[in-house]
Amino acid sequence: MINFHYARANDVADAVRQIAADPKAKFIAGGTNLVDLMKENVERSTRLIDITHLPLKSVEPTEDGGLRIGALVPNSDLAYHPLIAERYPLLGSALLAGASAQLRNMASTGGNLLQRTRCYYFYDTATPCNKREPGSGCSAINGVNRIHAILGASESCIAVHPSDMCVALAALDATVLVSGPAGARSIAMTDFHRLPGTTPQRDTNLQADEIVTAVELPAQGFAKNYTYLKVRDRLSYAFALVSVAAALDLDGGTIKEARLALGGVAHKPWRNTNAEAALRGKAAGRDAFAEAADIVLHDAKGHAHNAFKIDLARRVIVRALTQAANATPQSQSDKKIR
Amino acid sequence: MAPSVTARRIGETIPAPEKIPVKLIVNGVERQLTVAPWTTLLDALRDHLDLTGTKRGCDHGQCGACTVLVDGRRVNSCLTLAVMKDGAAVTTVEGLAKNGALHPLQQAFIDRDAFQCGYCTSGQICSGVGLIAEGKATTDDEIRELMSGNICRCGCYPNIVAAIRQAMGRP
Repeated sequence: MINFHYARANDVADAVRQIAADPKAKFIAGGTNLVDLMKENVERSTRLIDITHLPLKSVEPTEDGGLRIGALVPNSDLAYHPLIAERYPLLGSALLAGASAQLRNMASTGGNLLQRTRCYYFYDTATPCNKREPGSGCSAINGVNRIHAILGASESCIAVHPSDMCVALAALDATVLVSGPAGARSIAMTDFHRLPGTTPQRDTNLQADEIVTAVELPAQGFAKNYTYLKVRDRLSYAFALVSVAAALDLDGGTIKEARLALGGVAHKPWRNTNAEAALRGKAAGRDAFAEAADIVLHDAKGHAHNAFKIDLARRVIVRALTQAANATPQSQSDKKIR
Repeated sequence: MAPSVTARRIGETIPAPEKIPVKLIVNGVERQLTVAPWTTLLDALRDHLDLTGTKRGCDHGQCGACTVLVDGRRVNSCLTLAVMKDGAAVTTVEGLAKNGALHPLQQAFIDRDAFQCGYCTSGQICSGVGLIAEGKATTDDEIRELMSGNICRCGCYPNIVAAIRQAMGRP
């Protein structure tokens, strides 16, 4: 870790002013990812701006029947919030599938959005990595790439986004509210994270002088038919090899609306609206679910060690949609997959 | 201050250390510290306050050995900057016993033989105290899941679950 200055921001305008004044500054809230990356010398900010005193800690209903989640609401508080449990249990389940109780107590909603990949080479400053050092090359493409992307990758980067929360937010059609020197704007969750292309150093479309202030959920929460099914190398406290957020609105046995987003497979939460459209109007069952999986994975591409993820993803999609249709969401404590 | 080797290598201008006053209420006692911005809560406890019950394991938030309670919530002190906790109440393993009597979870760890080498134990106990206060775990599966941030390389997990169950007053 290199030496850095420490400053506190008093309000959102002050935070924006401070970050705009120093291009080497970074905001810090929970610090669970940033402090770790600084210890590894992957992040080398020379100024940290503490935003934990900003008034962004509430969860409030919006005028259109949705919910606004302050950027500083801790992951644990959000996971157990009564309105989340009642109306958006998919989000609560995804949050509880991620990290540990200690980390969830620390980590903020905004910080979770801005988590960086756990690609081994991104963390290892002795190896080339286009995300860490643009133009240096990607060590994963011809290296050990068991945990890497099967969808949307590029020749520059095959890293995956690590968040569980973001997968649920993508499925739920959330919106990210941000503020910058030019004022406030909102970004659809599915547009917030980027594919690597030729600029893998940029994870998101948030500008360097902008701050995340809130996440908004629309009214429809799919509280009846949903699941978050995460498959990983350990039973708990590990990043996803493949995870699936599935949500259905059913009319009897017919699918009125479907949501399907994947984690652990791409540089961003992977939502496929074509697969969702194909599910609409179909009978909720294995045939329709398998067809949706085929659509999602049509362009999937494996590397030396991660081709297994394509079959795994197909099976997890079908199982997750089955769990959602049966209203038997995956338990995040009893890990048996039923 | 002369630039560090790292600073010279990466050709960056790195700020000289600045010391910031921080007040922490540690195990009920107000402590005034002056720390560099990069001092973690773990280092503040161990190196500045000589409270070495809190252990450094992985130093990356993966093992849970450094778990303490900040304002009653369990956190990884290795990933917490001390300057960000100005005014906070911190409870470490040294602060759990009251009036000479062990905390019920400390006693349960002894009764249930829930440790071998003991290195992870203070983190396990602080985490368990946090878990009990959160009140979300009622089954063994839930205890195991909500203790997954604490690694025990001796493999005492069944006895750790039994100890937490005992402290929760469950059979």
